[in-house]
Amino acid sequence: MAESGGPAPNVYFPPGGESDPRMPPGSGDRWPKILGGGDSSARNVWIAVGSTIIFFGILAIIVVRSPGWPEIKDSFFNGAEFRASFPLILKKFVRNIFIFCIAEVLVLILALVIAVARSLPGPVFTPIRIMAAAYTDVFRGVPTILVILLLGFGMPALDLQGVPDNDYVWAVLALTLVYSAYVAEVYRAGIQSVHPSQVAAARSLGLSRWQSMRHVVLPQAVRRVIPPLLNDFIGLQKDSALVYVLGVVEALNQATIIQQGDFNFTPLVALSVIFIAITIPQARFVDWLIARDQRKRQSGGVV
Amino acid sequence: MTRAIEIHGLHKSFDDLEVLKGIDLSVDSHEVVCLIGASGSGKSTLLRCINLLEPIDQGTIAISGEEITAQGVDVDATRRRVGIVFQSFNLFPHMDVLHNVTLAPREVAGLKRAAAEQQAMALLDRFGLADKASDYPDRLSGGQQQRVAIVRALAMQPDVLLLDEVTSALDPVLVAEVLDQIRELAEQGMTMIIATHEMGFARDVGKRVCFLHEGQILEEGEPDRIFSEPEHEETRLFLDRIIAAGRM
Repeated sequence: MAESGGPAPNVYFPPGGESDPRMPPGSGDRWPKILGGGDSSARNVWIAVGSTIIFFGILAIIVVRSPGWPEIKDSFFNGAEFRASFPLILKKFVRNIFIFCIAEVLVLILALVIAVARSLPGPVFTPIRIMAAAYTDVFRGVPTILVILLLGFGMPALDLQGVPDNDYVWAVLALTLVYSAYVAEVYRAGIQSVHPSQVAAARSLGLSRWQSMRHVVLPQAVRRVIPPLLNDFIGLQKDSALVYVLGVVEALNQATIIQQGDFNFTPLVALSVIFIAITIPQARFVDWLIARDQRKRQSGGVV
Repeated sequence: MTRAIEIHGLHKSFDDLEVLKGIDLSVDSHEVVCLIGASGSGKSTLLRCINLLEPIDQGTIAISGEEITAQGVDVDATRRRVGIVFQSFNLFPHMDVLHNVTLAPREVAGLKRAAAEQQAMALLDRFGLADKASDYPDRLSGGQQQRVAIVRALAMQPDVLLLDEVTSALDPVLVAEVLDQIRELAEQGMTMIIATHEMGFARDVGKRVCFLHEGQILEEGEPDRIFSEPEHEETRLFLDRIIAAGRM
């Protein structure tokens, strides 16, 4: 966020500021910072609050007084429709949860295998590295919905013995294949961010290449990539809605059915609310994980 | 009698740069050899070669009479017998001190958890670090981290210990505690090769001092002789620079 105008205030000692002058800029409470545009003096906070209320107030008035608003409100933000459809959609959302939870577990494993395969050193492992790289290129390149369609309609159509004819199986598999390609790259970045001296220390103690990976590199790598990992998991959770193309009656399909029956788009808004609602606790959980790890490593002592 | 370490004609290049140009060095059991020389003279590379962290181009290295640079030697098994401590500590930041020390004994030597922890606690206690056992490396001072790193290497009960400028990254006030620990090890008969810029310490602890210059051991001998009557002009120049820098 940009500094407020006028003569540049001293960030360490804001005039009339209530923030702790011993804190470096940016490390203090975030709310005054967002509200006050970087300068957390009380006057600036009030200006920020005022301008925010006026801005969004005017925006709301423009929207509400527009000629089409009553119609929009009725078909997108219809209270009665929301109350009626929400429980039905939520009930079917359990199927989305089922799909993405299984896919997430599989992704964590498959992506790790791919990332480690790509990080194998030496000329002997070239074919494995090529395979891992090709996997990433293919599944990161093809749109998720195409992978779902190709697997979901293509594989059962083969009519091979032992190939399951279950939409859930193919939905989970398609999401796993696509997101493993993303997550493998995240893992790989984490693996490469661990300093080579850590491997040298492990190897010098007699640990094998694999033992060094397992005990020294991966634990540090995974800790570092938890935030981007959450990014991909939220993407995966949202893309669980794509399996409606296979005819699975999950939340999006259910919402569309109600929408088409009632000629009202509110069910789609209701589903959006559900998706937002599940991501926020996850973001806080990750924040908490990171903070706990920091505390554990630096607790108490004066560094 | 077999020597603890026996190095013959060791050559090592990084791409076009020849770092070690034919090193011959033998170290007896319980002997402490100090490597001195300017930065870039090959001290670290030599130590990393002895630990097999760097593959060598030419020559042989034998530990207790067994050639470790021969084809088909179990590299991991060899590294257990040769401990190395680095300038930058390289403790594992995600493990507490006890776990840092017990990792290799448990995973490599196959010790049970209880046995490994008992041994580790005894070692930590011996070097005054027992109260730090459950701390994470980030919480420790540089000197404490380096002492833990030495304990971690000792936990594998190596035949020889290689110390690579272990005090160079430390605040001057923290150097003494690490040097004391090494001195104690020397008194207890640990075979060591110590690359160092601490000339006073080298003179004090080293039974022999080797001056490395441009990838070769130019001069070696008893510390008193090297420091007072160096034969080579290069050695004299190096020592003069060290004295001028106030490190002696």
